[in-house]
Amino acid sequence: MAIPLIYNVRNLRVRAGATIMTALGVALTVAIAIFIMMLLSGLDQAFHTTGNPLNVMALRKGSDSELTSFMSNDTFQALKTLPGVASDKDGPLVSGEMVVAVVLPRRNGSGETNVVVRGIGPVGLKMRPVKIAEGRWFQEGQHEIVVSKSVAQRFAHASLGDKVLFGKSPWTVVGIFDAAGTAFDSEIWGDVNQMKNDFDRPGYSSAVLRATDDVAADALTKRLADDQRIKLDGVLETDYYAKQTRSGMFIQWIGTIVAIIMAVGSSFAAMNTMYAAVAYRGREIATLRVMGFNRPSILTSFVFESLLLSVLGGAAAVVLMLPFNGLTTGTSNMMTFSEVVFHMRMTPVIIATAIGFAAFMGLIGGIAPAWHASRQNILNALRD
Amino acid sequence: MTLTQFVTKNAFRNKRRTILTVISIMFSLLLLTLMMTVWRAFYIDKGAPESALRLVTRHKVSLTNMMPLAYENKIRSVPGVVAVASMNWYGGKYKDDKPENFFAQFYVEPENIVQVYTDWEIPEDQKQAWFKDRAGCAVGKQLADRLHFKVGDKVHLQGSFLPDVDLTVRAIISGPEVNDAMWFNRKYVDESTQWVSSQSGMYAIRVASESDVPTVTRTIDDMFHNAPEPTKTETEKAFQLGFIAMMGNVKAFILGIAGAVVFAILLVSGNTMAMSIRERIREVAVLKTVGFTRNRVLALFVGEAVAVSLVGGVIGVLLASGFIRGLAQSPMGGMFRTATVNAPTALVALGVAALVGFLSAFLPSYRAAKLNIAEGLRHLG
Repeated sequence: MAIPLIYNVRNLRVRAGATIMTALGVALTVAIAIFIMMLLSGLDQAFHTTGNPLNVMALRKGSDSELTSFMSNDTFQALKTLPGVASDKDGPLVSGEMVVAVVLPRRNGSGETNVVVRGIGPVGLKMRPVKIAEGRWFQEGQHEIVVSKSVAQRFAHASLGDKVLFGKSPWTVVGIFDAAGTAFDSEIWGDVNQMKNDFDRPGYSSAVLRATDDVAADALTKRLADDQRIKLDGVLETDYYAKQTRSGMFIQWIGTIVAIIMAVGSSFAAMNTMYAAVAYRGREIATLRVMGFNRPSILTSFVFESLLLSVLGGAAAVVLMLPFNGLTTGTSNMMTFSEVVFHMRMTPVIIATAIGFAAFMGLIGGIAPAWHASRQNILNALRD
Repeated sequence: MTLTQFVTKNAFRNKRRTILTVISIMFSLLLLTLMMTVWRAFYIDKGAPESALRLVTRHKVSLTNMMPLAYENKIRSVPGVVAVASMNWYGGKYKDDKPENFFAQFYVEPENIVQVYTDWEIPEDQKQAWFKDRAGCAVGKQLADRLHFKVGDKVHLQGSFLPDVDLTVRAIISGPEVNDAMWFNRKYVDESTQWVSSQSGMYAIRVASESDVPTVTRTIDDMFHNAPEPTKTETEKAFQLGFIAMMGNVKAFILGIAGAVVFAILLVSGNTMAMSIRERIREVAVLKTVGFTRNRVLALFVGEAVAVSLVGGVIGVLLASGFIRGLAQSPMGGMFRTATVNAPTALVALGVAALVGFLSAFLPSYRAAKLNIAEGLRHLG
């Protein structure tokens, strides 16, 4: 027969001081794990939602980043005639783009960092799900740029109407765009021809081709790599950005080490509390045995109490970390050496993992004391 | 029985509890020491004295922009500059994308670069062989050990924005500083790629003395201020810090973890001490009956807590030191190759441990010591 669960709940309440302290210790550990998971999930979200599966990117052979890619104007023109490229009323949907990284000072005064600047044309804008939130788009032939919301918030002199200096002369910010949390939300966009002039580039960095359908997209990817005339590499836009998720590797690596070390420490702390709980209730446990509760039910009861204690801590950690949901932060993108901005995210998966992590610590910490409790000698315990 | 004996005996009266407490404090201190070591490696260490004499000049707009090679001679003429070398990021792939096969590759003028990195130790015959072979490369000792490069080995690097290169290892660079990079001759690249032959990505500069650093930095940047390719010059350490800053708000990250850890040990230790003192209220009354003063009793309990957390602290610091050493040798340990747990870091960690012990025991001990003797003797615990 099982011991009623309310017995454990009441016991935790009686020893409120020790319960709160132990649960808080578990909560701190879980909070750190949640923090890391929120960062990684935000980063993942930014990269995995970027790109259209019908967009194929053409890069120079061997380049795995737009930043290190280059193609001549002639090569770019040749791309427009490839089979499988979609067209609209203005011609083939092929966008020649130029990507550079420029150093901009952060608004909060904590130094400066690289930001991706993308030269793009009207065709490219049509192919990307990006909307103007404030102001207007840049005009062709003008020294104008539009910046993402995050860039406007995070960098000095990047608000509407400001002038940003890079290349040969200052660029006026005429609009602020919203790329719905994709990787483009870390970028600055301007007219590609103006940019090519300013940076003395005789060609483009990369090109984006819209395929007519899935099959054509795959064929285009292969065609780009195989065509001896153009000597490029093709990659689906979605794959290109998904691969950049590995920018979070550093965070993940450090975070895992920290979480493991803290988890071991917390398990021992939980074990300590549970041993104390068992020692305190020696006579009580013996009485339960006399009343007819068998060893397995004592064992289960104490393991459950430990689980309850740590899950309480885990839940506290989730509540503690909720305010971080949606917080904007940035890290370095390993592929472009530039800052990628993302929003920390609390997801149901993270909550479940956190509670699971807490429960695991409780289980590890609870088994030995519970075993000890169930093996106590009844007579000795009653005489205590 | 001396005071120390009394404290030790009492600390281990409940062996299991004490050991569990020591272990949880140990893991917390291990983490705290790691965080402090990383902090020191990033923000406090100035690097070797040689490093303080080195500057790096790059394009003001971005690392990915290049500067004319003609800057080299102009920089050389700045008073205080002893040596200048063009240094360029090749960014190639060795074997595959695996992180353990990643290392930095630079193409340089070998004769110039050794003038800047005067602390490099290369056997004379190897150095000459490297200078002579256009397709030769020199490999830092740490990198050579890690990927088992030996003199004479052939290395194929797949270029990202430059053509592939086939190199032969001609020299191994040892020296006081960690060198985890491969260095090869820029002529090899110049021959195959027209557009980089008149360009340089960075300039590594060596100045005569540390007092020259501010003036040289300013002179160089002023000189190219109005040029189409303006420059930014900074010390080698500041340049490296720039990369760390790009990771995001690392400082807040480390401080946050360290804070959480300290708070966590305070909870653990406080919890244990509260339990242990509650059990002994009757004993306190006995001690006071036989003549121990209130302060003496307080000192006994606090001393016990401090001793327990110090034991955890010492083990934690030792573990951290071993951990860092292991980390430095792992393929992912690039950023920690130079880090060690030094005496000041260890002392701060132990200080934190002692303080935590003190804080956690003070309140419950104070309450116990203040208790009325008659009430204490009557206490059922």
